[in-house]
Amino acid sequence: MGNLKIDFLGKEFKNPVLSASGTFGFGEEYEDIFDISRLGGICSKGLTLKPKEGNEGIRIWETPMGMMNSIGLQNPGVESFISREINIMKKYNTNIIANLGGNTEEEYLKGIELLNTSEVDIIELNISCPNVKQGGMAFGIKSKTAYEIVKKCKNISEKPMMVKLSPNAENIGDMAAACEEAGADALSLINTFSGMAVDIDKRRPVFNNKYAGVSGPAIKAIALRMVHQAAQNVEIPICGLGGIASGRDALEFIMAGASLIQVGTANFMKPDICVDIINEIEVFLIKENIENINEIIGII
Amino acid sequence: MELTYSSIIENKHITEDIYQMELEFENKDVNPGQFFMIKSLEGSYLLPRPISVFDYNGKTLKLLYKVVGKGTKIFSALYQKEKVQVLGPLGNGFSLEDIEGNTALIGGGIGTAPLNYLIKKMKNKEVDTYLGFKNKIYSSENFEKYSSNLIITTETGEYGKKGFITDFVDWDKYDTIITCGPEVMMNEVIKIGIKKKIKTYVSLERRMACGIGACLGCSVKTLDGMKRACKEGPVFCADELVIEE
Repeated sequence: MGNLKIDFLGKEFKNPVLSASGTFGFGEEYEDIFDISRLGGICSKGLTLKPKEGNEGIRIWETPMGMMNSIGLQNPGVESFISREINIMKKYNTNIIANLGGNTEEEYLKGIELLNTSEVDIIELNISCPNVKQGGMAFGIKSKTAYEIVKKCKNISEKPMMVKLSPNAENIGDMAAACEEAGADALSLINTFSGMAVDIDKRRPVFNNKYAGVSGPAIKAIALRMVHQAAQNVEIPICGLGGIASGRDALEFIMAGASLIQVGTANFMKPDICVDIINEIEVFLIKENIENINEIIGII
Repeated sequence: MELTYSSIIENKHITEDIYQMELEFENKDVNPGQFFMIKSLEGSYLLPRPISVFDYNGKTLKLLYKVVGKGTKIFSALYQKEKVQVLGPLGNGFSLEDIEGNTALIGGGIGTAPLNYLIKKMKNKEVDTYLGFKNKIYSSENFEKYSSNLIITTETGEYGKKGFITDFVDWDKYDTIITCGPEVMMNEVIKIGIKKKIKTYVSLERRMACGIGACLGCSVKTLDGMKRACKEGPVFCADELVIEE
């Protein structure tokens, strides 16, 4: 039997498959559909210091083999997360990754202080949400800006910190290196691409914010390239994501340098797809006589 | 709620862009107003489509749908015995116990679909039905059978009375109104319902990606904060909604 176990930032992951932030709630919505303890980990819905109602207008739009979203980080806030939602996640006997976003430096820092007191395993610092007007992705475009916010966050964080990168960064390799230099323990990439849709009947953008985040199989090839570039540029471990919808996709990311992978949009296509992906990876290892998945991480 | 793969028993064209799919779906509790996330198994598009329950008899599930985009276009071309991915039943549905006093159902276009299963489930309760269509009337048999009074309009006047259905409702007669249809129609019903202090229930249609409350794509603004059309809805009491002008 192929061994899927991964050690990532000192935490044991039973397999490399995580559910991506914003596609899995806090887990409970999927409870009736499959055994969530099968997952290597769950990344929480993107949290902000204060609760957020999210964006007005249309929030979801399908594109050819992809989708766009402009949810705008609707979430209950870090305090509620610590007192309520984390307890839901704890039931599933898997790693809990708290995805933290923010509009200002102060919000990030206060959010981290609160999360320090919680039972989360890893903080995923979201400097890449394209759907909030201020902050969010703005921190993840220029390497210098990212360096500064990551360094400040890392200074006060008592949890291992994984920084979630935006594909809209000026140069993904430089961005990865800057975050590593700032002290990031790991990187996750990529978040959604900034995109647009137009309602030709109404002659206006579909989304109130004009632009929205593109995800799904349509962007997989670009995400994979970016993961590879980042992996070439840093020593810290990488969690890869972007359009993964099969075991084969996951293995591509792993071979390109990702120690863990996240499944996002594909959860909407088939809500138990993470289980298929875990099984497919395992079958591949057995078929290829690979004793331990670590043997194939970053072999390309 | 569960994820299954059901065989198509029949998938037929009703009129213009309206189709009806019948699926094997045995022994489940399915409430009127609930919906299913349906996806064909061929992989050329991404997201399942939310379709409300048109009828259920404990053995087969009937879904009435309108072809509006790629997903529903692919549905319309599916054959008998093909399997589709079925997730559901989802959402809260109508609460039959809450339907009190003189009651009217007001449906528009494809929004008449969930009311069809509702009126069948309301059994002995007397209910008036108002249905509005653009130009063709479809799938009105159950309403003819179970309604005390039935008024049908088309915008073109091709069938039934000519005009918008909301102009033909005898509003002062009702204690409870249940509506589903185009947003413009429902907003009008909500406005009048609230003004006349009629208990008004609306079944909302929203774009959604997951159907189970995870993606937050279908959030609805209510007086009690954001709620999910797929989970806390799709049926809401009109007076809890924050209606944007």
